[in-house]
Amino acid sequence: MLADKDRIFTNIYGVYDKSLKGAMARGHWDGTKQILEKGRDWIINEMKASGLRGRGGAGFPTGLKWSFMPKESDGRPHYLVINADESEPGTCKDRDIMRHDPHTLIEGCVIAGFSMGAHATYIYVRGEYMREREALQAAIDECYDAGLLGKNSKLGYDMDVYVHHGAGAYICGEETALLESLEGKKGQPRLKPPFPANMGLYGCPTTVNNVESIAVAPTILRRGGAWFAGIGRPNNTGTKLFCVSGHVNTPCTVEEAMSIPFRELIETHCGGIRGGWDNLLAVIPGGSSVPMVPGADIIDTPMDFDSLRDLKSGLGTAAVIVMDKSTDVVKAIWRLSAFYKHESCGQCTPCREGTGWMMRVMDRMVKGNAQKREIDMLFDVTKQIEGHTICALGDAAAWPIQGLIRHFRPEMEARIDQYTRNAVQSRNTRLEAAE
Amino acid sequence: MSVRRLAEESVQPAEFAFNREFAAQAKVWIKKYPKERAQSAVIPLLMLAQEQDGWVTKRAIETIADMLGMPYIRALEVATFYTQFQLKPVGTRAHVQVCGTTPCMLRGSEALMDVCRSKIHPEPFHLNDSGTLSWEEVECQGACVNAPMVMIFKDSFEDLTPERLAYIIDRFEAGRPGDVTPGPQIDRIYSGPAGGLTTLKQEIKPGAKNGAKATAKAKSPAATKAGRPKSPATETESKSPAKAKANVKADAKTAASATEAPKMSSARKDSATAKAAAKPAPVAAAASVDDKNRPAGIAKPAQVDDLKMISGVGPKIEGILHSLGIYTFAQVASWKQAERDWVDGYLKFKGRIEREDWLKQAKALAKGGEAEYIKVFGKKPR
Repeated sequence: MLADKDRIFTNIYGVYDKSLKGAMARGHWDGTKQILEKGRDWIINEMKASGLRGRGGAGFPTGLKWSFMPKESDGRPHYLVINADESEPGTCKDRDIMRHDPHTLIEGCVIAGFSMGAHATYIYVRGEYMREREALQAAIDECYDAGLLGKNSKLGYDMDVYVHHGAGAYICGEETALLESLEGKKGQPRLKPPFPANMGLYGCPTTVNNVESIAVAPTILRRGGAWFAGIGRPNNTGTKLFCVSGHVNTPCTVEEAMSIPFRELIETHCGGIRGGWDNLLAVIPGGSSVPMVPGADIIDTPMDFDSLRDLKSGLGTAAVIVMDKSTDVVKAIWRLSAFYKHESCGQCTPCREGTGWMMRVMDRMVKGNAQKREIDMLFDVTKQIEGHTICALGDAAAWPIQGLIRHFRPEMEARIDQYTRNAVQSRNTRLEAAE
Repeated sequence: MSVRRLAEESVQPAEFAFNREFAAQAKVWIKKYPKERAQSAVIPLLMLAQEQDGWVTKRAIETIADMLGMPYIRALEVATFYTQFQLKPVGTRAHVQVCGTTPCMLRGSEALMDVCRSKIHPEPFHLNDSGTLSWEEVECQGACVNAPMVMIFKDSFEDLTPERLAYIIDRFEAGRPGDVTPGPQIDRIYSGPAGGLTTLKQEIKPGAKNGAKATAKAKSPAATKAGRPKSPATETESKSPAKAKANVKADAKTAASATEAPKMSSARKDSATAKAAAKPAPVAAAASVDDKNRPAGIAKPAQVDDLKMISGVGPKIEGILHSLGIYTFAQVASWKQAERDWVDGYLKFKGRIEREDWLKQAKALAKGGEAEYIKVFGKKPR
């Protein structure tokens, strides 16, 4: 288990003082000015050395992303945008950062903004997080009052942090859709290129980062990239907030070392699987968008990007959804299909039509009212959606179904058989009655 | 994608205007964006309109489009695209949003929806008979480790059972939402594991000397949020240059402790109290802690009355009262009008203290405890 002293979010449960003073006592905002004085290149190199991979789901190296921003401004302002539109089912880590440990994020905004020459940060908080937004704004106000933000900052670098919010659209978690939404339009993703680092918010160079990626940065820079890189496995370094939900005894959000084995994560923090380990059916290890993995396969797997990719799944946002054997697994995936149908933005035809189509077929699969060949057809359709849309929502809608078919095809077929048998029997009854 | 249309003309009001408070907030929002980019504020402004009227009317959309200099169709696109905007009237006392996505489904959200069907209306988005309640199934609300959960206006109620939800709906229908504390409805700390934390049982303070240095550097975060306008201002009003309060010395101590005020330092030893103290943070905006009308607090007496016996006081409010140094019924009973108003404002109660007649309740409880209460009110205190 990760030692408490190696945790970055030391107030993630909001038990201790949440104010600026409390955060400072826990070591945040310590020596920020000295970090900035070491210069942009040092910061980016240190971030690269830490091996931090973006915490929003895709796992793109954060230091590298920062380095994409133009070194010199061509007259356009640079923007840092924080993606706090945390809507991936299963994920609720950024919520705790914003309401309980907001100063990690705000300090991160200053440092990240400095390293990319941005003087303004917009934090795009999902619309449902109203109390979280208030807590975050209160913390930002404290920083303004303390002279850490705004003009003539004590840190020697002027940064303005603005909180913006959405209104319940999952798609706005996609970075270009988020920028569209921030500009006051429908959240429909943009074609890339041009990438946001060249043409982002208001047509200016912009970097979009997840809350957690930014919030861990100050501590990494204070303790050194090597410290962070020393936790977890190579290429999967550092600490990570895991959100374990579903059929465990005590679901919780917890910061743990990357590559912690699944069993240890569940045993240490979540009180084990409901009904014991034999009762484990399947796990969705990284939020709704990644394919599910049968329980037996994952038990001793380290929870990180690479080993879960080897299981044909992914770490995603590290939102672990656990299902025990009481779960109607087809229905659980049908519900995700319904989610993606609801959240498709309607821009690309394969996704707009495909998500609805998949949901309707899944609806029949739940009952078993289908032909077995339709399972193959469904799989084929998911393959036609995947990779044929502007953003990854199409992929995300396809993967859970692919995971289901890959691992639970017998269950689906059994259901079809059951339904057919019932149908045949009931027809016979009628015939008999007619005679 | 979901197809959403505006409500029929017959229910659309003819006019829309922000009231003063919301108009001020709208201005703050618009100021956050570069001048020629006012359109960015459209979502926050529509949300304000919804907060004011309960739903987004056609006139509101058009008015906001005019304010921001956008074509109507662009604003209409936004209002229909984002599913958090209610395009039809919803329950005035509660619009219950039940999260139905897989993580909540796994832990029983379907049973919660059954409660809504039986208590409110068989169909989502329909008002109940008195027009006070409505419900809908929503997609993931981002509280998955606290599943199942519902959201009612701004607050989430987590770790629910059908019985608990039924109780919560009843409280809202009775117009007494203050009786239930938002957040987890079972014994756990926010998203921490039920049955006690597995990590961070002690506060981590690395290198006390560094910490001290940092604190010294940031002297005078000063000036409390006191005296700011009402609640939502906490989130909208950035960098207000802070009303200088006479007693605010250049001392980091005052940084945010405005809310935690005097007694807290002693009380915050145990984490539960610390939680109670930390929570009201956004509340503090309502009334200044060192107003002359603030009722005098006392040091914690040996015998603390159970303030929760006063109808309208829940565990959360009790915690806040304790932080103000209010521990006994006699204290509550002795509040003068101005003091009651102050407390009402501090708790953002909008007159609930008067409506629920805390004075009379506290007098009865102070005089003869439960027996006297029953005599006066004809029922047991909660």
